[in-house]
Amino acid sequence: MAELEDFRRETRAWLEANAPESLVGMPFSELDGTWGGRRAQFASADMKLWLDVMGGRGWTAASWPAEYGGGGLSKAEAKVLAQEMAALRLPPPLIGFGLTMIGPTLLRFGTEEQKNEHLPKICRGEIRWCQGYSEPGAGSDLASLQAKAVRDGDDFIITGTKVWTSYADQSDWIFCLVRTDPDVVKQAGITFILADMASPGVSVSPIPLISGKSPFCETHFEAVRVPVKNVISEINGGWTVAKALLGHERSMIADAFGVSPRGGTRGGRSRLVETAAQYLGEPGGVLGDAILRDEIVQNEMDTRAFSLTVQRGRDAAKAGQQPGPETSMLKIYGTEINMRRNELMVRAAGPQSLGWEGPGFDEAELVATRDWLRSRGNSIEGGTSEIQLNIIAKRVLGLPD
Amino acid sequence: MQLVLTEEQELIAQTATEFVADHSPVSRFRALRDSADPVGFSRGLWKEMAELGWLGIPFPESLGGAGMGMAELALVVEAMGRALAPEPFMSCVGLAGQALFEAGSEAQKDRWLAAMIAGDALLALAYQEQGSRYDLCRVTTRAQRSGEGWQITGRKVQVLDGHVADALVVSARTAGQDGDSDGISLFLIPAETAGVEIERQTRVDDRNAAIVHLQRAEVAADALVGDLDCGGDLLESVVDRATVMLCAEMLGGMAQAFEMTLEYLKERKQFGVPIGSFQALKHRMARVFMEIELSRSSVMAATRAFDERSSETAKLVSLAKARCSDAYLLTANEGVQMFAGVGMTDEYDIGFYLKRARAAELTFGDAAHHRDRWARLSGY
Ligand SMILES: Cc1cc2nc3c(=O)[nH]c(=O)nc-3n(C[C@H](O)[C@H](O)[C@H](O)COP(=O)(O)OP(=O)(O)OC[C@H]3O[C@@H](n4cnc5c(N)ncnc54)[C@H](O)[C@@H]3O)c2cc1C
Repeated sequence: MAELEDFRRETRAWLEANAPESLVGMPFSELDGTWGGRRAQFASADMKLWLDVMGGRGWTAASWPAEYGGGGLSKAEAKVLAQEMAALRLPPPLIGFGLTMIGPTLLRFGTEEQKNEHLPKICRGEIRWCQGYSEPGAGSDLASLQAKAVRDGDDFIITGTKVWTSYADQSDWIFCLVRTDPDVVKQAGITFILADMASPGVSVSPIPLISGKSPFCETHFEAVRVPVKNVISEINGGWTVAKALLGHERSMIADAFGVSPRGGTRGGRSRLVETAAQYLGEPGGVLGDAILRDEIVQNEMDTRAFSLTVQRGRDAAKAGQQPGPETSMLKIYGTEINMRRNELMVRAAGPQSLGWEGPGFDEAELVATRDWLRSRGNSIEGGTSEIQLNIIAKRVLGLPD
Repeated sequence: MQLVLTEEQELIAQTATEFVADHSPVSRFRALRDSADPVGFSRGLWKEMAELGWLGIPFPESLGGAGMGMAELALVVEAMGRALAPEPFMSCVGLAGQALFEAGSEAQKDRWLAAMIAGDALLALAYQEQGSRYDLCRVTTRAQRSGEGWQITGRKVQVLDGHVADALVVSARTAGQDGDSDGISLFLIPAETAGVEIERQTRVDDRNAAIVHLQRAEVAADALVGDLDCGGDLLESVVDRATVMLCAEMLGGMAQAFEMTLEYLKERKQFGVPIGSFQALKHRMARVFMEIELSRSSVMAATRAFDERSSETAKLVSLAKARCSDAYLLTANEGVQMFAGVGMTDEYDIGFYLKRARAAELTFGDAAHHRDRWARLSGY
């Protein structure tokens, strides 16, 4: 315990000394962080500086082993770091699917060579990743995917179409599910493979979202050559890897919406309450709309109960208990709380939420409206809520098919 | 705060669950109801619970207790909640016992609390009045100086286990107006005191309760529990703990109702298949499951908040009660719907859980009450 407190003190001192002043308390939304990559864009010069200093210590991936560019922190230390960053109201130095999805998957399934090649670049924000799972004909029924990979010497030749590939147009590499055996049970003929988006034959066409930005794309593979050494785990053994990655994706989504400090709390009050207070007033010390207030409290309390549940899962894991398919539960609950929170933000601001761009609406209002629209995707991406409910009913409750 | 059971706690939970399963199946509760049993619970079983040390879990060893915390107490209460055990645990250990423990004189503790812990005396807390809803300060019962002591007049309702209590802890106004939090005092009144009349009530959930009529009941000066006029804060503190105990009971009840329903879904066939294969039911069961899990996390956090003297205790109590109120009702309502016809019959147990869910919801504040409290405590 004492060591952890020392670590906390040092961490705070280091953050205070190294975090650019301008970033303290900066409002940011889920999608506005630094994604990195070959064509990285930074909201400001200080955001770049922030990535460089944090990446330099491996604190972009605090709990990954130092040998792969991570921070080598224990889980407890990583939690302290997150708490201290929250206390100083600092944005994360780097976000993206490298850190949250393919990185943890490589740590578990990758060869030494694959880990050495990819992980340090993820930690430093040099390579941006996207996810090539869904296809036009394979969404919830992901295992029915058809993009095919045919062996040719040391390469696979990939042909097919992926869809809803978030940020494919800005990404450098893609982790992909491809069909390598069409003649077996659908799950048994899938391979998990990594491809450089710069390979000849890869093309992307962005599809705008209802929120107007953060396009996801259709990604085409026209006889794209990818080395066999880019296969993760076994050929035709990709389904296991795919499911493990989905577990990471779901806990990432759950983390982002339930426990992390991203709600932007200040003085104990959440962003939602602050916003509501601003628009509704607080006559007599209570929010000026009794019904909206009740819904807001419900959301705040659900958020707390949710984060306690996440903590319970972690405490149980630390105590050596087996984690169940809880990620499905956390995915549903975390996303739904977030979606309701976004709706409440918009309702709190009332007609000021109706802006799309231009005069008469301030930046925070415009962001809240776009965030609300974007949040509708939360219960779809990473496997829909209905699919998660199926998983709980089957694996946790043992209900028959 | 650790939201995982220690090995010792696992053992307590397991012992309690096994004991309740062996000695107190729901059929026992049903039989007590059917026979309109005048006691409404088993004195023999109560004595056994005392021997197991359950009645003293949160109290110090000097009084014959075990000196453990809310986290441990909750495990025993949860086990009892599963089986709807009607023993007067809440009134004795949670309410009156806690009030004496927090504010009673040494003499009161020795005479009554120690006896309760040993299983030799039953206690009840008479705080509720008709129309007071969840406001502990709506007290019209009055205590007036009478010589060295007090004379108390008023009417308390739905006094849990009041029908068998050997002594009652009664809230009465000693100053101020109805609704003021100052000016309330608590008094310890033996049930046989002249002017005390007890009338049994019958509730929808068949939990034992009574009206306590106080007609110029005379008590000595040493009947005062805690400081004069300061009973409001004491009541709030006692009821907060009792609320978390109730939540633990509710957790047990909802878990049991859920498991019963789940089992039925696997057995009952329609259209040639188990009804549990219908997605319309599966998804709803998955949702109920999630609500119960979130309730469990909230109850664990609230119990530990007491044990660790967290500054957030009151908020976490409200979180637990709001959640459990909603989740228990959801579980029971869905249970009745999925059992369908038989779920509406008195013969099936699921109806008991529905009744208990409603009664528990409307005790110590419903979900909306606790949402409002959470918001006030959070400054909005
Ligand atoms: C914002 C966003 C970002 C995304 N990013 C990516 C990405 O980067 N990479 C990627 O590969 N994919 C991505 N996706 C795709 C996402 O994973 C799929 O949209 C999702 O899995 C659902 O597939 P679908 O859209 O084809 O819907 P469908 O599978 O056609 O589902 C339609 C409806 O039917 C329901 N349904 C389907 N099957 C069942 C069933 N068995 N029981 C009950 N209901 C069922 C669904 O729940 C849904 O409501 C993204 C999606 C969104 C919205």
